[in-house]
Amino acid sequence: MREITYRQALNEALAEEIARDPNVFLMGEEVAEYNGAYKVSQGLLDRFGAERIIDTPISENGFAGLGIGAAMVGLRPIVEFMTFSFSLVAFDQIVNNAPNMLTMSGGQFNIPITFRGPNGPAHQLGATHSHATECLYANVPGLKICTPATPRDAKGLLKTAIRDNNPVLVLEFELFYSQKGQVEDEDVDLLIPLGEAATRREGSDVTIISYAQTVPMALAAAEQLAGEKINAEVIDLRSIKPLDWPAVFASVSKTHRVVIAEQDRPFCGVGAEITYRIQQEIFDELDAPIQRVAQEDVPMPYNERLEQAVLPNTEKIVAAVKKIC
Amino acid sequence: MAQPEQRDEVEMLAMMLLIRRFEERASQQYQAQKIGGFCHLYIGQEAVVAGAVAATRPDDYLITAYRDHAHALARGTSANACMAELFGKVTGCSRGLGGSMHFFDKANHMYGGHAIVGAHVPLAAGMAFASKYRKEDRVTLCFFGDGAINQGGFHEALNLAGLFKLPVIFICENNFFAMGTSVKRSTSLKEIVDRAEGYDMPGEVVDGMSFREVRDKLGEIIASIRKDPHPAFVEARTYRYRGHSMSDPASYRTKEELEKYREEDPITRLRAQLSREGKLTNEQFDKLDKSAKEQVMASVKFAEKSAEPPLEDLYKYTYVGDGESGVAFEESSERTTVPARKTSARGTASSKNNGDSAEPVATRSRKKA
Ligand SMILES: Cc1ncc(C[n+]2csc(CCOP(=O)(O)OP(=O)(O)O)c2C)c(N)n1
Ligand SMILES: [Mg+2]
Repeated sequence: MREITYRQALNEALAEEIARDPNVFLMGEEVAEYNGAYKVSQGLLDRFGAERIIDTPISENGFAGLGIGAAMVGLRPIVEFMTFSFSLVAFDQIVNNAPNMLTMSGGQFNIPITFRGPNGPAHQLGATHSHATECLYANVPGLKICTPATPRDAKGLLKTAIRDNNPVLVLEFELFYSQKGQVEDEDVDLLIPLGEAATRREGSDVTIISYAQTVPMALAAAEQLAGEKINAEVIDLRSIKPLDWPAVFASVSKTHRVVIAEQDRPFCGVGAEITYRIQQEIFDELDAPIQRVAQEDVPMPYNERLEQAVLPNTEKIVAAVKKIC
Repeated sequence: MAQPEQRDEVEMLAMMLLIRRFEERASQQYQAQKIGGFCHLYIGQEAVVAGAVAATRPDDYLITAYRDHAHALARGTSANACMAELFGKVTGCSRGLGGSMHFFDKANHMYGGHAIVGAHVPLAAGMAFASKYRKEDRVTLCFFGDGAINQGGFHEALNLAGLFKLPVIFICENNFFAMGTSVKRSTSLKEIVDRAEGYDMPGEVVDGMSFREVRDKLGEIIASIRKDPHPAFVEARTYRYRGHSMSDPASYRTKEELEKYREEDPITRLRAQLSREGKLTNEQFDKLDKSAKEQVMASVKFAEKSAEPPLEDLYKYTYVGDGESGVAFEESSERTTVPARKTSARGTASSKNNGDSAEPVATRSRKKA
């Protein structure tokens, strides 16, 4: 094990998979000569050349579709969106072409494509640049979605995504890029399966279900609650689709109380589905109504104080826990 | 309807100075962390928006991308309202909700401030459609960068404008780079202006470093459009002196290239022309510059002193799912009651903000086996 940044972990995953499989290539805005808007693809152009690390014009719909077409005939594209807010320009390709092809063709066409980039509100970027898209894409059958919250997960999940024969969205988080964490040495072929949640902290009084940027918030909340004799368990979903239902149900069956901390919007958000499934499958295990901490249901304001009021945070998670504990 | 009047050149020089000084100050305030998010400066490109605005009437529609401070200022939005927006204050042109990339000023016919590359180009077609629909002789000015011309929405909008003969001028501010990508590396055409041909509209290249050339060419096109509505395409060749945004060192360009353009500086050029013609003395210029600096300094003070938007504003301007609609800008000041949901904006988690029933948790009946 060694300590590397989330950015470095993603970079290693890209490099290893591009080196391993000649069908894998990386395409997107500023990924090559500029080394990535967030420097995730640093050095890859030098190492692999312009045939495999490809700068595109600002044409998200075009290059997302190009990737899907290339995947239909056997390549394994990695398409970077500078942010997933811009993936909305390519929504038709991601929602209508990538996931439908396999079904529509009666099983003839797998679309082994990876869409990746930062997702969710960063800091004061305003309404157009702050979309948490997981709930939009989670609604679409045929798409897989993972949300790495640690450098190790970033590497292991991205590598798995690239090898998957289905379209996979790897939703990164901008404010994680420079954060460090323990990752296996470079000679380890680190593959983390999609659909396996991780228990980040064991507890007995309440389960806090989190993913992506809410993981550190949930851990901080648990820390704070421990001082008040509330013992919270923190689950990091790691994948939104497939979602690790057994892990969720097992934890809730132990704690009987649930707070879902999500970075997307509340209405039809990821937590809405989780809430439904918990009450449907293990209703009798619940000792209190399920709580959700999500964004406020508004477009993201630029003003910092208002933005903070919209976003989930540790205090909101603590307050939600205290309501039911 | 009023005929296009040419704005006084000295006045427009003052406008360009105001833009330049505003952007310099914005840069400094950004570094002092008074401004958040992304911030894109217009320094070097002043002649494009100033020349275009000088050729239009104040009631013509104007819409642009995210490098938008100058477009608002040129349209008459006060430096105060612009700086306050950058500071995220309620006195800002978008009430502190939009930020640098999302300036709006309806009163001055400035329709944004749009940060998704290419996404506002169809809106410009729509605004022009409305003018034609109402049989008005307004022209819509749509500004965008060289990076926008490869987006699908851009092409669809140009086709619609060509097809419906809409009174819109698509003005490509070609500063040769979209972030770190040069036009050569992004576009399959030799000349950007050639896009016009594909959509059956006249296309012109103008020197975007020359106020007079931009104004005169735009003036001709506008006169033609007012007579008989049609779209047009203008490629204004210009240069941004700074990086793409505050975080971009612009290492993909050479110092020499930048210096070459600095020698053609649009402000220096117009000043020299005016003084050669005996229309502007050095003292007069210094006075204009001093006034620009003072306005900008005052705008910083104004922004600093201004209040933050209240938390209630979150829902005040948003349509929310339970049938509570947002309110339009004009009506907003009269509105005293705010939607009940505002309580959930106070930083606490509540079941109310989840789109669930508004019934408080405590009163829910619960059945436990
Ligand atoms: C759809 C979309 N993709 C990517 C971006 C990120 N982005 C912002 S500005 C920009 C470059 C645009 O360059 P250009 O259109 O030439 O305008 P300039 O910055 O030169 O004024 C990019 C890639 C975005 N805002 N929207
Ligand atoms: Mg440009």
